[in-house]
Amino acid sequence: MFRDITIGQYYPTNSIIHRLDPRVKFLGMLAFVVSIFVVSNYGYIVCAAWLFTIIALTRIPLNIMFKGLKMILFILVITVVLNLFMTDGTIIWQWKVFKITREGLTMAFLMAMRLIMLVLGISQMSLTTTPNQLTAAMESLFKPLSRLHVPVHSIAMMMSIALRFIPILSEETEKIRKAQMARGADFEGKGIMNRIRAMIPLLVPLFITAFRRATDLAMAMEARCYHGGEGRTQMKPLKYVNRDYIALALLVLYLAVIILLKVLLHW
Amino acid sequence: MSITLENVGFVYGAGSVYEKTALKDVNLTIEDGEFVGIIGHTGSGKSTLIQLFNALMQPTTGKVYYQGKDIWGPGYNRRELRFHVGLVFQYPEHQLFETDVMSDVCFGPKNQGLSKEECEHQASLALSAVGIGEDYYKKSPFELSGGEKRRVCIAGVLAMNPDVLIMDEPTAGLDPAGRDEILDLISRMHKNRGITVVLVSHSMEDVARYVERLIVMNDGEKAYDGTPREVFRNYEELEKIGLSAPQVTYLMHDLKAKGFDVDEDASTVEEAKTSILKVFGMTDSSGES
Repeated sequence: MFRDITIGQYYPTNSIIHRLDPRVKFLGMLAFVVSIFVVSNYGYIVCAAWLFTIIALTRIPLNIMFKGLKMILFILVITVVLNLFMTDGTIIWQWKVFKITREGLTMAFLMAMRLIMLVLGISQMSLTTTPNQLTAAMESLFKPLSRLHVPVHSIAMMMSIALRFIPILSEETEKIRKAQMARGADFEGKGIMNRIRAMIPLLVPLFITAFRRATDLAMAMEARCYHGGEGRTQMKPLKYVNRDYIALALLVLYLAVIILLKVLLHW
Repeated sequence: MSITLENVGFVYGAGSVYEKTALKDVNLTIEDGEFVGIIGHTGSGKSTLIQLFNALMQPTTGKVYYQGKDIWGPGYNRRELRFHVGLVFQYPEHQLFETDVMSDVCFGPKNQGLSKEECEHQASLALSAVGIGEDYYKKSPFELSGGEKRRVCIAGVLAMNPDVLIMDEPTAGLDPAGRDEILDLISRMHKNRGITVVLVSHSMEDVARYVERLIVMNDGEKAYDGTPREVFRNYEELEKIGLSAPQVTYLMHDLKAKGFDVDEDASTVEEAKTSILKVFGMTDSSGES
């Protein structure tokens, strides 16, 4: 279950995408997420083309890339079903109270596309960017906000720790799961109540571990005199190079195309 | 006969960039009633190996048999197998979850489908075997000391009455007194109940003192398999793979090199003492040395 979470799991292939400045990748991800909510019909073809070009460039095996979708499968099914049956419009199929409308069909398809592309868009960034790079990027991009007393550094640090802890906790879960299985725990039991009850021996130790890890980390950071962002320098300062400018230019072009298509053709 | 591994190999993350071979072509039989030690440095495949014994992991290649039956064969009840082959993980205290000691130890027997009375009976037997008294039964497991927690966890596995007990570094992170307590306990279980024990350890002294048979893992392969004396005779080769013999073995080799006629294969302090005293024409009785 937890093993399927791809967000926060770096997958090294040293592709061109991996080597891009993390700020470019972060902006690219944001722009992509915005674009899939801007477009409403044929525009998805443009979005998909853009996304799959990037995915191809990352050289990450598709099964790794698509793993993140497993985690939203449930939400996906619910969304599709609700949109399919709950949208009013031209009825094309009806059985008792259940009806499918032309609008519902389109809506369900669009929502599914949005969800899938949203997850893939985020996965492709997190698989090619280490949590450290990502924090550095966000810190650098949101720096202006610190003028408004927004604790940019603290937020970035919290995010990077949270991301870093996902794989650690998923490993820990696996360990506890095995230990309880060795005592005969049955995680594939029948009935929803049994399944929920079976989670207790897993979740209690997991929470305790999470708190223990958090305290240890806080202690280790204090032992190394961590005191927040003020005057803190970086070991690897971010610097834009040629390929980053090219990528940014392509990104602007992509957004321009999306917006133009939307305005001119209502895609 | 008890547990047999046949040409077993294991690969983590097959097909991804993280692919890592943990075991290659391991052949191994652990007989009923044996006390086996497994040593090897970090990443040598020992933890993977023991998880194959009770079907927590499925080998990539090869077969695992328990009492002659293929545990990955069709229709084999692997949950049932885990009641017979008990496994205590490293730092088991991290899996405690119940509100009191008694309920936590009862988790295993309860999963076996025993009645509440039977569970509590089994649990109290196991708890007394590990030296946890009745006054602890209603305490929260999280109030206990590290060594006590560890013993409660071992009781949690013992309460299922396993025929084979596998322990992954049961003494890691314990002080010397706690370590001796745990090891003596395991040794007692082996002697009194006749259960098969597999002990994974980093400490050469511990394995030399307790186990009857020693398996050395290196780089996913079985490097040595024999009595501790036989294995530690290869101390120079052991050093090459990042391990060592017990300190006393080195002492005996040095004495031998200096011209004393001692038993250089001695691997425990007691053996060494007897052998050294013999050179000086004395017998081993306290007070004389």
